[in-house]
Order: sequence, then C-alpha cells, then structure tokens
Amino acid sequence: MGQLIPLDSFGVTERDLVGALGRVKVRDVDYADLYFESCISESVSMEESLVKRATKSISQGVGVRATAGEKTGFAYSDELTRKDLELAADTARYIASSPAGTQPIPVPVHARPSRDLYPVSQGQVEVATADRVALLNQIDAEARRYDPRIKNVLASFNTEYKVVMVATSDGTLIGDVQPLSRLQVTCIAEEQGNRQIGSFGGGGRIGFEFYRERDRYLNYAREAARIAILNLSAVDAPAGVMPVVLGGGWPGILLHEAIGHGLEADFNRKKTSAFSALLGKRVASDVCTIVDDGTLPGRRGSLNMDDEGTPTSRTTLIERGILRGYITDKLNARLMGIPVTGNGRRESYQSIVLPRMTNTFMLAGQSAPEDIIKSVSQGLYAVSFGGGQVDITNGKFVFSASEAYLIEDGRITKPVKGATLIGSGPEILTKVSMVGHDLQLDEGIGTCGKEGQSVPVGVGLPTIRIDEITVGGTQAR
Amino acid sequence: MAKRGGATEADVVIADGENLSVQIRLGAVDRLSKAREKRLGLRVFVGTRSATTSTSDFSPESLNRLVGETCTLANAVVEDPVSGLPAAEQLAKEQPDLDLYDETKLETDKQIDLAKRAEAAAMALDERITNSEGADFDSSSGRVVLGNSHGFVGEYRSSSYSLAVSPVAVDPVSGAMQRDAWYEVQRKFSKMDTPESIGIEAARRAVRRLGARKVATKRVPVVFDQETAGSLLGNLCSAASGYSLYKGASFLTGQLGKQLAPEYVTVYDDGRMLGGLGSRPFDGEGLPTRKNTIVEQGVLKSYLLDTYSGRKLGLPSTGNASRSVGESPSVGPTNFYLVPGTKSPEDIIKTVKDGLYVTELIGFGINMVTGDYSRGAGGFWIENGELAYPVEEITIAGNLKQMFKDIEIIGSDLVFRGRITSPTIKIAEMMIAGN
Repeated sequence: MGQLIPLDSFGVTERDLVGALGRVKVRDVDYADLYFESCISESVSMEESLVKRATKSISQGVGVRATAGEKTGFAYSDELTRKDLELAADTARYIASSPAGTQPIPVPVHARPSRDLYPVSQGQVEVATADRVALLNQIDAEARRYDPRIKNVLASFNTEYKVVMVATSDGTLIGDVQPLSRLQVTCIAEEQGNRQIGSFGGGGRIGFEFYRERDRYLNYAREAARIAILNLSAVDAPAGVMPVVLGGGWPGILLHEAIGHGLEADFNRKKTSAFSALLGKRVASDVCTIVDDGTLPGRRGSLNMDDEGTPTSRTTLIERGILRGYITDKLNARLMGIPVTGNGRRESYQSIVLPRMTNTFMLAGQSAPEDIIKSVSQGLYAVSFGGGQVDITNGKFVFSASEAYLIEDGRITKPVKGATLIGSGPEILTKVSMVGHDLQLDEGIGTCGKEGQSVPVGVGLPTIRIDEITVGGTQAR
Repeated sequence: MAKRGGATEADVVIADGENLSVQIRLGAVDRLSKAREKRLGLRVFVGTRSATTSTSDFSPESLNRLVGETCTLANAVVEDPVSGLPAAEQLAKEQPDLDLYDETKLETDKQIDLAKRAEAAAMALDERITNSEGADFDSSSGRVVLGNSHGFVGEYRSSSYSLAVSPVAVDPVSGAMQRDAWYEVQRKFSKMDTPESIGIEAARRAVRRLGARKVATKRVPVVFDQETAGSLLGNLCSAASGYSLYKGASFLTGQLGKQLAPEYVTVYDDGRMLGGLGSRPFDGEGLPTRKNTIVEQGVLKSYLLDTYSGRKLGLPSTGNASRSVGESPSVGPTNFYLVPGTKSPEDIIKTVKDGLYVTELIGFGINMVTGDYSRGAGGFWIENGELAYPVEEITIAGNLKQMFKDIEIIGSDLVFRGRITSPTIKIAEMMIAGN
C-alpha cells in the first residue's frame, strides 16, 4: 500500500477542499479537481574533477482545474490559503457559463494507492551532500582510469522528492510520495585534436543505495568513457535506405517517438494524429506487441497513481501488429467513450493534465540477437541514441544514434558517427521482421517533452531488425 | 541575512509575474489558464565555495531556513578559486528603459476573440484546411529584481503577447494530413499584426506541404528559410557559450580570432535593442548589457560569457549572464542575429538548379563537440530556380564548421521573431538522405 498523505501536510482542511471543489464544480462543469504538490529537488554536479555546484529548490502549490465538454479551465497558486483556493476555483470555472453557486460535493474518502511501487523513505533520497560528492569524485577517477585520453568528466546527480494529493469532484482524495533520481556521466575524449563525447547514466524511483549496488555508478563512468573513446575512431555514417538492427533497452525510444505519441488520446480525439483512423488495423508486423506499463517497480516512468488519482495500468497498444488502444486521461476517455488508462500526467501543479506515456516497450520475441545481426549483409547496428522527435500529424519521426556500428556481411565492424534515423510512424513497425528474446528496459534517464511539459518516462526494446529505414549520414553508398 | 549565516558574498533574484493563456480549437474555447507566481533564488559564497537555492515561500521563517541551508550546501562543495560575484565596479550604473513593458491588460474575452479570429482566418483560407490543433493567445507580464552584497539593486519589468495558430490540412485524394503553424510574439500589444494575417500564413504553410514526398539520396545546395536558418544560428550561439568552451564541449574551442565563415558573415548579440524580445538593461549578475560583435567579416570575435566562464577562459564577461531563479548563472543570448544581405529569398532560390529549400527541422542530431550535424528535414525541392514540390521524411547532414564556411548567400529578410534570428541563407552543399 502507498502512503496516506495527511491533509495538514499542505495546511488545508477537508472543509477547504470541499468548499473549493463546490465553488468550481458549477452546473455545466463535468469534472473538477485540485492537485496539491510539494517538491524538493537537489542537484550536485562535477566538472574538471571538482564538485563545485550544488542547488536546492523548494516549491509548493495547488492547481485547480474544471472541465466542461471539451473545455478546460485552469488556474494555479503557490499559496494554499482558503482565499487562494477560492480565487483559483473562480478562475477555473470561467469556462462554464453557469453562475457561481455552491453545489453539494460528496465528502471525499481519504484513500491511499493500493500498491507501493517505490517504497523509498525520504531519508533514502535525501542523503548527505558529502555522500553525493564522494560518489561523483569516484566517478571522475574511474572514467580517467579507463583511458588517459579522457580529458574531462562531467557528472551530475539529481534527486527529487515530490508529495502530491488530488481531490476530485467525483469524491476521490488520494495522495502519493514520488521519489526520483538520476545520475548522469559525460566524458570528453581527445586525441590529436580530435575531440569526442560519450554519455551514460541511470536512475529511477529508487534510493541512493541503488547506485552503489553492484557498483552501478562506476559502470556508468566506464560506459561513458568507453563510448567517448570508441567515437574517436568512428567513421562517417552512411546515407540512404538500409536495414537497421536496434539493440535492446534505450533504442526503445523508437516506440516512444514512432507510435507512442501518436497513440496519446488527445491527438486522436482531435483527429490530428496519423493513427486517428487506425484502431483495429494493422500498423506493425505480427512479431510486434507493444505495451505502456506504469506499474513496474522502481522504474523512472512508473507511478502508483497518475496525476488525476487513477491507478496506473498496463495498456496494450499494439497486439501482434494490430492497433488495440490509446493511452488516456479522464477528459479524453470521457469524450471518446473509452477506458481511463491512468496516463493523465502533468509536470507540476503549474501545468495542465495531458495523456502521457509511462514505460513503453515491445515484448520479447523468439529470435537470438546474434542471428538478427547475421541476417544483415550491409546495414547499421545502433545500440544507443540521443533524443528523438515526431510530427504527430504526418507521422514522421526522427531519432539520433549516439553509438552505432556498420554491419558488413553479417558482422559488426566499424563504429560510425552519429546519424539520424527518419521514418513514418504508421509504417515503420510493419518493416520489423525479427524480434529478439532479449527484452531490456532502459537505464532510467528518459524525459519526454510535450506542450512544454517534461515528465520522466521509460522505454524498452529487445534486439529487432528493421528491414529498411532512411539513415541520415554523410556518405553516399 | 546571508552574511550572518557565514556567507562572504551573496546575490538574490526575485521574479514574479502573471499569465493569461487561452486556446481556441474549432471556434470554441478549449483551454483557459490563469496564473500568478513568484520565486526567489539565492546564491551564496562562503569564501570560494558556492551554492544556489530557490523557493516560492517568502515567509520570514522559510527564508531564514533557506539561508541556513544554502550556506550548509556551499560548505559541502569544494573551493573553486574563480568563483564569486563580479567586481563591484563592473556592475550596471544606470538602468535604461528599453521599452520592454506594456501596461495593456487584455480581458479574457478579448484574448478569446483574437484567437478565434486567427483560427477562423486559417480555416477559411482553403477548403483543404479541415481541422485544427488550435490557436493560442498568451499574455504575460513580470518583474525581475536582482540585488547583491556589493549593494547593487536592479529591477525591470517586461511583458509579452503571443499568438500562434496551428491548422491541419488534409489531402482530398490520399487523406494524408499535414500540420503547420505560424506565430507572432511582441512586447507591445500595439505591435501585433492582425490575427487574420497570422492565421492566413499558418494555413498557407499547412496547405503547401500537402503531397510531400521523399527524394533520392544526393549531395545538393540547401537554402534555409528564416525559421530554420534561425535554428542554425542558435547552434552557433550554443557553441559560442563560455560554459561549453571551457569544458571543451564546443566545436568552437580555440577558434577565437579565426576565420569561421566568408567575409560577408557578421553576427551581433545586442542586449540593448529597444523593445527587443531578448533585451534587458542588466544581465543575470547585474552587469550592463551591450552590443557584442560575435562574428565580424567571418572572423570569430567574441564568445558569450558571464563572470565565471570568462574567468575560466581568461576573458572579461560580455554581459551575457542569464539567470533562471533556481540555478547559478549560465550564459544566454540577448538579441542574437545574422546581419542581412541584399538578396530576396526568391532571388536566392533562383540561384539553385537542383536543391532543397528547408522549412522544417526535427530531432536533436547535433554533436556540439564535433559539429557533426544530421537532422530530419522537410521543405520543398528546387528545380531550375523554382519551388517544384514539397518533400518530407529526409535528413540533411554535414558538419557545422563546414556549413558556416559554406554560407554562399545571405538574404535581406531579417525579421526579429525571437531572441535568435536570421535571414534566409544558402549553404553550398549538404548531404540529403532519402530514398
């Protein structure tokens, strides 16, 4: 079971909540909620072997929202007095044409999430700054020990401890404690004027001890150093259409960009997504089954409940190649007459709720990863990526490789410089011909941006073969 | 107060503001949001150790606690000999009014009406515009106050009004959809163009993308329109940031004083432009802003620096400290622009026999350390000096160092639509990957 968040942690009473909800939920308002949040975030960072920056930020506030038909009214305040709540409620209900009034609101039943996917105490998150500093210093030493060509190591450790509480006009009052942390290492290697970069990191809704388990933090340092050194000998990437093998884990960003965003309910309700008319239709080969799952313990994209108080779930998006479902929040589920999937998320009390992904991944298939590579005579093997982006409406997506190799005659040969892969969301997965048995989830560093809001997400992928995709290198073949 | 806690120097920034944002979709209000916020950021130095904190809680108890915590944090990091406030004599002595603030408070209904008019104009332009992602009208105003233990206190107000429209066009034959957008941002409401003109331009841009196709992989000249040329200039701006440079994380490392581009390329960063979207009377550390020459006749003349990154590189600050409330200062542009040439965009396109006119870039395929560049692109194919047909699902690739050297023509069409702005530019050759 998750924790019961006491009302007085936000200095409000049940009467304040019911009063504000009653004020906002006038006749034409279908639904209203209050979202209380307090968040402490801390960061320490290192460069030039010195841990010289530390920051801490404290924020607290409430977002008040009303929905009426397709309309959303929203206001927020960083003060939590009854007067501020009422003012925000009056603003939010402006979208409804009904007069002010006090409608009886059911007294909410104070509840806690039915599970706890991240039982981490505040003490496990807020470790002494000295311990974080020691961790970063050891990372610096480890990366430099890996190879003398590593000339600079940049590392940062960020933690967040967020307490949220949602009170809704349908009688829910539920809260959650959401810890989150991330350790990121970047190495710069230099050899005879050639400078290259390598990055690696990990994290999740976990305590500080996670990084020390099996020396994960040192492994991050070695991986960042290895990629930077590898890139010193990278050749120019090829340009044109070719088969591409994606390695497991973080390359799952393909799913996030190519199909995940296009299956968010808001775009489909508005019929502005390239997937809008494709429910029940084939959008992938039959070796592809893809889910969005917010219920994985400790993962960066996981939540006990979404930001509307709905328990998160596992939603099948594509089942053996057929488009099965969208990811929804309450507003879009109601308007579309489809189930609420627990994907209503917001960056903070200052932002409105949108349907967003949690952890999005493809289920494991039958192929051995080595057989997948052997099957390609000339192509690319990409194992790590930087960011990606999609145009929801025409379905075109890109994502950029940060570690990739040429495949020549079924063997992995030279490392290549970063190349961008570009394709069309509704088509690309129909070209997936082999899926490995090696499903891997990413290390826990993903952040997704939508309408200016950033939320933590996860992705995952087994090794897969895409028969053809455009690779944006500089070398004609 | 911070000095009582053991600090030797400190500065404080307070930002407060209010915002009203409306979104219209298909003629009806889709979203309405109103907010008022305030935050305080504190940076303290205990000798040469420093830490930064921020809060939205301004109560005396909370601020007292924050000061204590900040000093504790500072004591946990190492000494950094170059850290510290700028010298007192460098701080801004006068704070000119740069015409950044407009008192006009728009009523909610007025903003709704403006957004409705813009969307309606977009929907009416062409029967192939059948859907919309909406029209947004935002207005905001705010105030920044900065003070430090040298006795500097500075304050300025600013406002902004923005309108963006995003219509969806549908191909009547294939059913394929294309979305595009157009926008305007101004510090003064009276400077805003009519909502209809924004809507019509957005619709024109969406419709012209219909029927886009892939093209063959080849090496050709590439013309960047204002928007995408602005993004290239943004890459230059990031690479010129003192923080990237002293870390060795920029392809401009060691390039100061070197020829970066042809002699007809000049780039300024002007913090004092009246009414400019990036203008401010003093920077995030209280230094006066000014007009810096970044590239003059193709030679890299200056980086963008604050006190810290300047000291790391052995150079004085350029007045480009940018301060977000919860972070220690970093470097940012003010009004960063490429000086225009004499040719119109049409004349530039006429010089291309077989090539690409880029109007959209997506993705993050830029390696700032090496300058390697590979991004998703969309736009139009140029045949014999004319735009022939729309293209999509292609990438353009090269290396930024080479791309700046290869700037062949600069357009005359400079318009300040944001902090970083460029006229149309033509690059001699890049690799296009498609079929």
